[in-house]
Amino acid sequence: MSSNVKAHMLRRAAQDIQPNMIVNLGIGLPTQLLTYLPKNFPVCLHSENGIAGIGPQVDYDDADRNLIDAGGTYISPILGASYFDSVTSFAIVRSGRLDLTVLGAFQVAANGDLANWMIPGSFTPGAGGAIELAQKAKRVVVVTMHTDKTGKPKIVEGCSLPLTAKSCVNRIYTDMAVLDVTDGGLNLVEISKSTSLQDVINATDATFRITKGKIPTF
Amino acid sequence: MTLTNKVTTLTKAIDQINNGSTIMIGGFGSPGTPFTLIAQLVNQGAKHLTIIKNDANQNGLGIDLLLQNGQVDKLITSHIGLNSNAIGLMNTGKIEVEFVPQGILAERIRAAGSGLLGFVTDVGIDTSLANGKQRLVVNNVEGVLETALTADFALIHAAKADTFGNLTYAATAQNFNSAMAMAAKFTIAESAYIVPLGDIDPDCVHTPAPFIDDLVHLPKLTEAYNVIKR
Repeated sequence: MSSNVKAHMLRRAAQDIQPNMIVNLGIGLPTQLLTYLPKNFPVCLHSENGIAGIGPQVDYDDADRNLIDAGGTYISPILGASYFDSVTSFAIVRSGRLDLTVLGAFQVAANGDLANWMIPGSFTPGAGGAIELAQKAKRVVVVTMHTDKTGKPKIVEGCSLPLTAKSCVNRIYTDMAVLDVTDGGLNLVEISKSTSLQDVINATDATFRITKGKIPTF
Repeated sequence: MTLTNKVTTLTKAIDQINNGSTIMIGGFGSPGTPFTLIAQLVNQGAKHLTIIKNDANQNGLGIDLLLQNGQVDKLITSHIGLNSNAIGLMNTGKIEVEFVPQGILAERIRAAGSGLLGFVTDVGIDTSLANGKQRLVVNNVEGVLETALTADFALIHAAKADTFGNLTYAATAQNFNSAMAMAAKFTIAESAYIVPLGDIDPDCVHTPAPFIDDLVHLPKLTEAYNVIKR
C-alpha cells in the first residue's frame, strides 16, 4: 500500500474525531491516526496497556523504556495523562467511558459485524482488547484498505471469518470510500477523489445505497 | 515491631518452580516484563509449564526464550501477533494456546487475587470464545460465567520495592503486574531498586507487601530491558 493512499484515508478518518472525546486507537493503522490530529486538539487518547492522555510518538533516543502504546510504539504523555493497570484500563472500556474506538478489520459485514482477530489456519494473532472495544465503545469505526493483499473485498454481506463482535461497526473508512452501517444496510457517504463509483462497487462484496446526486469526495 | 526482609537470591527464588507449574508473568510488550526472572527460569529448565501472560513478547525476548527452549506446554494469553515463533508453535501443535479477551484475562486474574470464584460478563458472547462457557441471565442481560484464574507462581517486575515487598511500577509497566501479584499462590518480584522500609510513601504503594513472597534485586538492568529499535 502506498503511503500516500494510507495517509489520505487516515486524514479523512481523523476529521471525524470530535473535540473532548475519549478515544482508543487500535493497534496497526488506527494508531497512526494521531499524526493527523491538529496540534493542541482537545482529545484524550486511551490505550489498553494503561494510559489515558497519549501524546506524540517519540524517537528511540528520547524513548522511555516503560512507556509504549498497545502496539508497542514509544509514546509521550500529554499534560494531565494518567497511568493505570490492565484491570482499570478495561474497566474504562467495559463501563462505556470510550466515546469512540478506531479498529482495523479482516472483514466487515453490511450489518456491522466485525472480524479482526483470527484467520483460521493461517494467521491467528488473538483478539487482544478488540472484543471489549468493539462491544463496549459508544461508537466503533473501522479503518482498513478496501480489499486485502490478494485483492479480495473486505466489506462483505456476511463475515466468513470468526467474529470479534456482532453489529458493532458504525462507519468504515477505506482507501476508496466512507460507508455508514445503518439499520437498513450500508450507505455510501463519500468516495476517494482517486477512484470511481464503479471501482468501489467492484471492490465491495456487499450492496450499498447511494444518495441521489453527486457523491461527495475526500 | 518491624517488617520481614523478603530479599532472596535469583537462584533460590526460581528454584522453587517445579515441572508442570502454572506461572503468571507480568508485562505488556516489553514494559513490566521480568526479563531476569524469565532468563533464570530458562537456566533452571523447569518443563511442561503453563504460562499466563498478556502477550508472547516478541521473537528472541522474554517468554519467547521459554517457548524456544521447549519448556512451555500451554500459553493462556490475549495476543501473540508480535511473536511469529509463538504463532508457528501454535500452528504446528507444539504448544496449546488459549486466547482470552484482554480485559477478561485481567479480570479473571483480579478475581482470583480478590478471593472470588469468577464473574459474569457479556463480553465475547457472540464469539467462538464463549463456546462451552456456562450462560446466565442477570438483570435480563445474557452473559457467560468467567472463572477466576490462579497460578502456582507469579513473576513480577517492579520499578521500586522496599525490603518488605511494597511495590511501585513505572508508567505503562504496571499493566498485568499488580493483578498477577495478587492472584498467584507464590509471588516473586524483581526490581533494580530495593529501598529501606519507609522510603516508599505508604500513599504511593501500588502493590501492598502482603501479596509478595520473595524479592530479587537486579544489580543491573540487562540489555533485554532497553528500548527496542524495530
